This record gives sequence, C-alpha cells and structure tokens, in this order.
Amino acid sequence: MTMADQLIHHLLIPVLFIVAILLPLIISVAMFVYWERKVIGWMHVRMGPNKIGPLGMLQAFADVVKLLLKEVILPTNANKFLYYLAPMLALVPAMAAWAVVPFGPDTVLANVNAGVLYLLAMTSMGVYGIILAGWSSNSRYAMLGAMRAAAQVISYELAMGMSIVCVLVLTGSLNLTAIVNAQSGNFFDWFWLPLLPVFVIYFVSGVAETNRAPFDVAEGESEIVAGFHVEYSGSAFAIFFLAEYANMILVSFLASILFMGGWLSPFPESWGFIGHGGFHWLFIKAFFFAFLFLWFRASFPRYRYDQIMRLGWKVFIPITIVWVLVAGCMKYFGWVHLGTGA
Amino acid sequence: MNTDLLQLICFYFFGAVAVLGGLMVITVKNSVHAVLSLVLTFFSMACVWLLAEAEFLAIALVVVYVGAVMVLFLFVVMMLDIKQEAVREGFIRYLPVGIVVAVVMLAEMLAMIGVKAMHAHTLGPNPAGDSNVAWLGQALYTEFLLPFEIAALILTVGIVAAVALTLRQRTGVRHQSASQQVAVNAADRVRVVKVAVERPASVNPAPVVVPPQENAP
Repeated sequence: MTMADQLIHHLLIPVLFIVAILLPLIISVAMFVYWERKVIGWMHVRMGPNKIGPLGMLQAFADVVKLLLKEVILPTNANKFLYYLAPMLALVPAMAAWAVVPFGPDTVLANVNAGVLYLLAMTSMGVYGIILAGWSSNSRYAMLGAMRAAAQVISYELAMGMSIVCVLVLTGSLNLTAIVNAQSGNFFDWFWLPLLPVFVIYFVSGVAETNRAPFDVAEGESEIVAGFHVEYSGSAFAIFFLAEYANMILVSFLASILFMGGWLSPFPESWGFIGHGGFHWLFIKAFFFAFLFLWFRASFPRYRYDQIMRLGWKVFIPITIVWVLVAGCMKYFGWVHLGTGA
Repeated sequence: MNTDLLQLICFYFFGAVAVLGGLMVITVKNSVHAVLSLVLTFFSMACVWLLAEAEFLAIALVVVYVGAVMVLFLFVVMMLDIKQEAVREGFIRYLPVGIVVAVVMLAEMLAMIGVKAMHAHTLGPNPAGDSNVAWLGQALYTEFLLPFEIAALILTVGIVAAVALTLRQRTGVRHQSASQQVAVNAADRVRVVKVAVERPASVNPAPVVVPPQENAP
C-alpha cells in the first residue's frame, strides 16, 4: 500500500466518519434547545420562541451567532490557562463518548469490546471541566457551583455504574452492539422489564449527572446565580452549553441502547416495514427520553441539596446493589430470554 | 510506514509525557496544577497500557484514577489555602533523603522485574477469542478467585474504617427524618376553606389609567 492510500484509509475516512457523527449532533443540540424552549413554553401556557424563522425554528442559530460575537471576559485574578482550558475539558469527553455509540447493527464508528467502560471513562472525565471552571474563575458563586456539581456527579456516577453492571451481568459483554443484540426478541424481552428498577435509576441518575432540573443545584439560579459558569461569557459559555446538551442527548441514546432495545423494533417481524429494526427506532426512543428531560424540568421543583445526596447514596445505590444480585440469579437460572441478534 | 515503528514512536511519546507529568507534579508552584499534572501522568500511562493491548486495565485506570480518585484530590486541594513558600522551603534540605528513597525504590523494582522475568512463562493464545475483558474476568473468577475476594474484603474493611474514624456523635444536631417527611398527609398541613363571595361596599369602577404606548407588540 502506498503512503497516499494509507493516509486516506487511516486518516481521511475516519475523520469523515467523525464529522458525520458530530455535525448532526451539533445541529440536533441547536434544535433540542429550540424544542426545549417550545415545549416548556407550551407547558407554561406561553408561545415559546416564535419570531425568528418559520415557527421560531432559527432562534437557536440566532442565539449561537449572538454568543459567538460577544466578548469573552477574563475575570480579575483568574487563572488564565485553566479558565480557557475548562470549557474544552467539558466539551471533549462529551463528544468523544459518541465514538462507541452504535446506530445500527453494523453502524458504529468504533466497535470496541470495552465500549461501556469507555463510555464510563468519558462521562466521568466531564466533571474536570466543571470543577476547573469554578476554581479558575476566582468567584465565590462559581466555586460553590463547582463543589456542588463535583459532589453530585461523583455520587450519581456510582448508581449509574451499578445499574450498567446489571445490564452487563445479563449480556455478558461490554460491547454495546452485543448488548442490543442480547435484547432481540419482542418488546418484553428488552431489558427494561427484567431490570425495571435499575432502568428508572439509570435514567434519573443520568438527569442528575448532567446537572439538569430537578437536580440543577450546580447552577441553581435562585441561590448561586448560575453556578460554575457564572463568569463565562460569549463563546466560552456557548461551549459549556453545547457540552451539557450533548451529554443530555448521549444519556437519552444510552438509555435507549442499554434498556430499550436500541435500534430494534417493538413490533413483530411479520408487520412489514414497522416490524424491521433500524436507526429510526433508536432515534424515536432517544427523542422520547430527551423529551423526558424537558418534561421533568417543567414539572418538578428543585431538590434540596441534602435530599439529592440522600437519594443518591441511601436509596439508589442500595437498590442497584441488590438488583445486581437479582440480575445474577436471572442469568444463572435462565429467567430471562437472551437473544443472539439474528 | 511500519506499524512496529509507529508503535515504538507512540510508546516513547506517551512515556515521555508520563515522565514529564511526574516531574511537574513535584516542581510546579501551584498545587492545583500539580494535581492536573498527575492526571496527565495517569492518562499517558493508560495510553501506554493501550499500546500493550491491555485495554481493560487502561480504561479502568482512567475510570478509577482519572474519573474518581483524582477528582476527589482536586476537590480537596482546591479547598486548601497553602502557603507556597513554606511548602517549598525544605526542597534542597530534603533532596538527599529523597534521592536515597528513590534509588532504593528503583533497585527494588528492578529486582522484582528481574525475578519475574526469570520465572516468566509466555501466556498461551487468548482462549476467549479477541476480547481480553472476557479473558481477564475468566482468570479473576476462576484461577485467582481467593486473592480477588481477599482484596475486596480488605477494601471493604478500609471503607468501614474510614467511616468509623470520621463518624462522631454531636449533641444538639436536629435531624430530619425523610420517612416522616414523605409519610406526611396533605390534609394535615393545608386546610382549604370555602369563603362566601363578598361585594365591596362601593361599586363605582376605579378610574381607568391609560398605560403609556409601548413599541413592542
């Protein structure tokens, strides 16, 4: 193979694949922000954005342009290097995690054996961006927000990890494609039913992990202004925003892949088109979970900080530990149907 | 380009970054920067392990050390108000002791590697196909079950000890009982009272105030 061939195969094509995932992701973040404002508007009996573009659809893009044109202000006595590094540290893991997300039976950028572990590694690194943003901006509010966020993310990561362990026990693999294949069968063979408590815990922990309402004490407006990113303006703020929404979409996709059968169709194979699996099913499921994030935000008042800690440590973690045992029994005695991904 | 050569270049690059990060941990002035350098060292070591095809261990290193342990470290260091001069004062004075410790550790490590190399037997082909996670799990839960369980027990004892050391009974603390809070009945807290509609004595309408014209629709 010549040098040019190698360059094309090992550099150009992977980069094109990465762009093919990240570009739609960034556009869907913009549309998700629009959808969030619209949905919450309806739930509050208001209109939501409706001025820019048809039905206000271009509002998010107008906001992006506005943010990019604004000045990035460096606070006095802030640690310059870390202050500018922190948004990057938040964004990079949020994007890197998408490398192992499978969109179909053979549609995945990196089909790695330790895929779930890689995801855990990436999501656990996102907290550095938050902590360093809070510390480096030399502001009390930012510092308080960073401390709250760090404690919360670490606590809920345990519950999240343990609920993923239940899925791993049933599947016997860390590969995300294998996890979806193990769920093949009908709607009731998906892991949401045998792992129902863990499924609920996983999604609620995902909401807490992304610092979203009702767990948004990290940026509780009424208490600490805006939390860890209070000093950030312009494009630096936009990067934090992008990272948070990319993480929300990631959690929605993972909930669909780990518990709701990924790209599998809920209908029997004999039903023709809607009986066949495909990436559209994954998108429909992920859209539903992403909608739940917004629904929660419009419905629930913010938790008190001690209530969040109690829920994580005293309720979620014990339940997941017990359910790991239950999942082990299910696997050992063959109580669940495990597909092979025919 | 030769794949072996590329791997060698990567190995030396990550190794150099790891050593550089390690040096920065003990030389940089700011303690938060020192913690971040340690994170960099862990990360480069994980990359080196990936090159050695130990992907499970590499990612586990990132999950456990970078994702959890170092976050707690950073958390604590951020809270500390350290006088930098006082910490760096004894650097030259303690340097000889430090060098002696480092040399002894190096000698021990080399001896250990040497002993291991004498008894080394090449591992057979991976019996679990190409997934070294499955292989590792198989080995841990069959061949090395007892050491594995003992390690788990030691860790549990460590957790219990840490909790027991920091637990103290304080008087005058008012606890909230979550179960009582949850079990509360709405009827006990709020009473809805029906009040008869009353008309104000004067039925004259208030004078209408015309608001100033606004530009917004």
